[in-house]
Amino acid sequence: MNADFIRPFISSVQNVFSMMVQLQITIQDPVIKTESKTTYDVSGIIGLSGDVVGNVVLSFPTDAAERIVTLFTGMEMTSEHEDFADAIGELVNMVSGNAKADFKDRDVSISCPSVVIGHDHTIGRPKEIPCVAIPCQSDCGDFVIEISIQDRSANSSSASDVSAAAA
Amino acid sequence: MKILLVDDSRTMRNIQKSVLGQLGHTEIEEACDGQDALSKVWAYEPDLLLVDWNMPNMNGLDFVKAYRQKDKTTPIIMVTTETEKSRVIEAIKAGVNNYVVKPFTPDLLSQRIAETMEKVSA
Repeated sequence: MNADFIRPFISSVQNVFSMMVQLQITIQDPVIKTESKTTYDVSGIIGLSGDVVGNVVLSFPTDAAERIVTLFTGMEMTSEHEDFADAIGELVNMVSGNAKADFKDRDVSISCPSVVIGHDHTIGRPKEIPCVAIPCQSDCGDFVIEISIQDRSANSSSASDVSAAAA
Repeated sequence: MKILLVDDSRTMRNIQKSVLGQLGHTEIEEACDGQDALSKVWAYEPDLLLVDWNMPNMNGLDFVKAYRQKDKTTPIIMVTTETEKSRVIEAIKAGVNNYVVKPFTPDLLSQRIAETMEKVSA
């Protein structure tokens, strides 16, 4: 995966969470993720199309998601609340939207977000697109951004790009 | 001032309503997408519209184009994650008066509303 796709997500998640949730995010080293099961139980998913294709997932443990959404909305909110999924979707929407603005010379559209809540769920990804997981730490708990995107014309990707992105 | 808020995310509508409330604006109608907005806007007659871009059923840009066919003057602020220059130009050509990028601070939204209404009254 092109490292130029990963750095925008790192700065975007920090920017979005700082501005909308007043939460500082510490980024850990990105890693290649091989299994399709999401890391945690709450997933906000956005699809990308155009010159860059694939999907982006913000994956949270339920308790961290509830704390983050409570801060974001200004209302006490558990995962049972009717607006919980909407709030998660809006967070992944803003993270993805902000990130894609930094994809140089590429025309990219993002989908409306989807949210999946449940233990051990799996999100399908195109097999030819590797998934890079960026662990994030915050005072509300850990979460992860899982990025499976590539140039529409790309034929290959390199794992060495992952460490380049973390530098 | 009557404001129409168009966003498929109830979270974002609530956040914007809260900011608008702090600014003293309490006459607010909500729509969850472009089609919903079109069904409400003519009866509601807002003084200002805040419109998201990416929405199901009818997106914000298509709503703005449809709205501007009949109303050329009521100010519209696009509140969206779309930041590319080409998108901004597309929105302005469609008839948007101002632009707020998500994420935004309450101060920024307030500033954009003030700017927009000042230009309209000038």
